[in-house]
Amino acid sequence: MSDTSEGTGGLTFDKSKRQWPNELNVFGALILIIIIFEILGAIFMQQSLLFDTRDRFDSIFNEARLRIIIIQVAIIGIIAIGVTQVIITAGIDLSSGSVVGATAMIAMSFAQVSIVNGAENPKAIFGPAFLDLPVIVPVLVGLGVGMIAGTINGILVAYSRIPPFIATLGMMLFARGVAQWWSLGNPVSFPTEAYAVIGAGMNPVIIFLALAVIFHLVMNYTVYGKHTYAIGSNEAAARMSGINVPRHLLLVYIIAGMLAGLAAVILTSKNLTAQSGMGLSYELEAIAMAVIGGVSLFGGRGSIIGTVIGALIIGVITSGFTFLRLGAFYQEMVLGAIIVGAVALDQWQQKRAAARA
Amino acid sequence: MSDIILETKGLTKHYGGVHALEDADFILNRGEHVAIMGDNGAGKSTFVRQITGVEQRTRGTVIFDGEEVNFAGPLDAREAGIETVFQTLALADDLNVPDNLFLGREKTMWNFLGPFRRLNYKAMREDTMAGLVKTGVKIPNIKNTIANMSGGQRQCVAIARTATFASKLTIMDEPTAALGVQETAQVENIIRTLKEQGESLILVSHNMRQVFDLVDRIIVFRRGRICANLRKEETDGEDVVAYITGAKTGAEFEGAA
Ligand SMILES: Nc1ncnc2c1ncn2[C@@H]1O[C@H](COP(=O)(O)OP(=O)(O)O)[C@@H](O)[C@H]1O
Ligand SMILES: [Mg+2]
Repeated sequence: MSDTSEGTGGLTFDKSKRQWPNELNVFGALILIIIIFEILGAIFMQQSLLFDTRDRFDSIFNEARLRIIIIQVAIIGIIAIGVTQVIITAGIDLSSGSVVGATAMIAMSFAQVSIVNGAENPKAIFGPAFLDLPVIVPVLVGLGVGMIAGTINGILVAYSRIPPFIATLGMMLFARGVAQWWSLGNPVSFPTEAYAVIGAGMNPVIIFLALAVIFHLVMNYTVYGKHTYAIGSNEAAARMSGINVPRHLLLVYIIAGMLAGLAAVILTSKNLTAQSGMGLSYELEAIAMAVIGGVSLFGGRGSIIGTVIGALIIGVITSGFTFLRLGAFYQEMVLGAIIVGAVALDQWQQKRAAARA
Repeated sequence: MSDIILETKGLTKHYGGVHALEDADFILNRGEHVAIMGDNGAGKSTFVRQITGVEQRTRGTVIFDGEEVNFAGPLDAREAGIETVFQTLALADDLNVPDNLFLGREKTMWNFLGPFRRLNYKAMREDTMAGLVKTGVKIPNIKNTIANMSGGQRQCVAIARTATFASKLTIMDEPTAALGVQETAQVENIIRTLKEQGESLILVSHNMRQVFDLVDRIIVFRRGRICANLRKEETDGEDVVAYITGAKTGAEFEGAA
């Protein structure tokens, strides 16, 4: 390094020495995967995956399929936003899927109508005083349940120093138990009209993208974001720098829990029912989105943009396999391989950086 | 304003049964550069940690800038004007240069947003550049993460904090121990620059040549105690080694070790 050996001197700003953002790599992977499906589609199906091939002049894309892809990933994507910031602190959250299940049951119980088809609501959980409540009640209950789960996770991780894997594994089992206990396995159904609007149509997508923008700004332009990266990058340095690491970690896990709670509200609203099995393995899909999007399990590296692209990659693969009429098992095999590949790539990059330093 | 920037009286630290630091009486004058030498395990880093609030001392007094101080943590010490380059680098690899310099005391706006207050990147970048220019540190691109930098560049970043925050005292714990020849030279240049600017400095080092090149005075630690206080002109390498190994003990410290 010639420019460091000269000793004293001014600053150099060599544009060529600027880092290549990792999101571009992930975006490249998305494009590559789309191209592969387009080629396979052209060969085997004589159709395009994403583009309009019926020669209509008003559209370039196959909008219906785009919509399916993005609705499919929006709800888990919301969880993935929370999980992303947890992983950036070098933590993990295995509880989000079960928290969705528990929150779904509890929130939906406060969203029920009194009259269904002229008769009393057969699924009513509570007495009449809890029916036909304003929509804000179940929404706040949902956020509240997520918040409690996140708070417990956060206290265990930040103050008891229980490894995040174990703390959130415990919450994963506990919350699923709560979901099953809540109405003893019975679904909770028939929400108010206002509640049903939350997850209707493209609303999950709008909420997902709005949250992605907000958390992108939070992670990149606020003290919260900076400290999240700092803790994941070097917790000792963060502590030495005077950051209250436990308090910060607690906040990170609370936010992750609340996002899982919100996802449950949207999911139950979309499906008009809550079941204790809801959200099963969502935590793994959310983690997969983050990891494919370049979020490092070692902490310190990754971004919301990366996770959003990671979510799209999963969406495209899922749709692509359906489009090619290939069974879901192939899709899972490929996803599994991609996740392992993403982590291997991250490990390799990490080693290369360490060797250069 | 007194001429003394830092004074410790009877500074002591025990880790359970380990008497890592015992009754250290130490004085540093304004603008003075002092080296702390001593064998591994002599208590040098322990001494630094008691002054900088990283640990709480067992007993003793620390007087900084004319006032008795009891720092609750390293940030307190920094805010009072003590910048420390720790032996284990306190840098976050995945953050860039300004982010690292300002970690834990970011310049912000929209402070009503609490933890979500906005970072003032522009102000932090400008201060960083000013600090780097002042210390003569060269970094290819301050917007790059520390991860891609050489050990020397990282050490320079840690040292540049000093200049960036207009501190009153800089403490460096073996800043060149892990560096190559050229990188060591660069760090030494920075230390000379600090001297010209009248910055007070405590330099923990094992490098005899470096110490004689850079400082005014040498303090020797042995088994948790200060055993010598030597003005550079009145001593030489052999003499210092004798104190380090215990072959000699300073007259005023007889009976201490
Ligand atoms: N946190 C600690 N707990 C117990 N003993 C410690 C601790 N830190 C340092 N020591 C002991 O205190 C003594 C002085 O250590 P240190 O100050 O690191 O020495 P130096 O920096 O001079 O090499 C050593 O014997 C070391 O083992
Ligand atoms: Mg030491």
